[in-house]
Amino acid sequence: MPMEFKKKSKVESGIPTASLPDIVFLLLIFFMVTTVFKEFTGLQVQLPTAKLIEKLPGKRGIAYLWADRAGNISVDDKLVRVDDLQDIMYAKRSDRLHPLMAVSMKIDEKVKMGTVSDIQEQLRKADALNINYSAKPSS
Amino acid sequence: MIADKKKERSIEIPTASLADIAFLVLIFFIVCSTIDVDKGLTLVLPAPGETKEIRRDNISNLLVNAAGQIMLDDQLTPLPAIRNVVRDKLMQNDKLIISLKTDRDTQYEIYIKVLDEVKQAFVVANLPPRISLAEPDPN
Repeated sequence: MPMEFKKKSKVESGIPTASLPDIVFLLLIFFMVTTVFKEFTGLQVQLPTAKLIEKLPGKRGIAYLWADRAGNISVDDKLVRVDDLQDIMYAKRSDRLHPLMAVSMKIDEKVKMGTVSDIQEQLRKADALNINYSAKPSS
Repeated sequence: MIADKKKERSIEIPTASLADIAFLVLIFFIVCSTIDVDKGLTLVLPAPGETKEIRRDNISNLLVNAAGQIMLDDQLTPLPAIRNVVRDKLMQNDKLIISLKTDRDTQYEIYIKVLDEVKQAFVVANLPPRISLAEPDPN
């Protein structure tokens, strides 16, 4: 009887770990590929602070707009005039692959509201109504 | 004899720790990749040409002048008090719309602060934010 028991315990019950590095490498490559680095350098702006900040829905379909205290306006790293904003935003809205979802406005805190209002007026004309005033969280 | 002994030695590289090394690299990448999420105040602009008739008592006027002074329904209000005043108004009338109007020379920083306070009041009152942006008067 004891002999029979010994025979049974000889069955190997280990999980094969040979493919573990492959799985880990797959994960590693997945993370490396999906990491999106900052796309645009933008203008030199000092963002305002706010308490009630929300995240943007994602990375795709977001237009980035900068306005610095010198009066420059830049969309996706190209300097533009206020009057051209309507056409630019309209073109972005009709982009088949990533239609415009929201405009992220990175405006310097020292910019006058007249400029901001002019930008918003152009966005309204292009029917780009979802905006996000970029702000830093205030403690 | 000595040569024979040498040949018997196993010359395989141990691969058991490969998974550990890959895990270390993976964790390094996960920790180091700071996903730069854009945060800010979200707002939906009114569609062009959209005008609605609203009863006079359902509107609160919030004016911000070039000097950063804030006038809430003809009452000069300091910035930290706005949240409570607006909340009290919302408690009395849950259909209230805040009409935010700025001067063309108002600083964007103050506008964002006021907008933040008003939005917080709506959150405290547990109401969807109803903020109307009035265009600054051309000067």
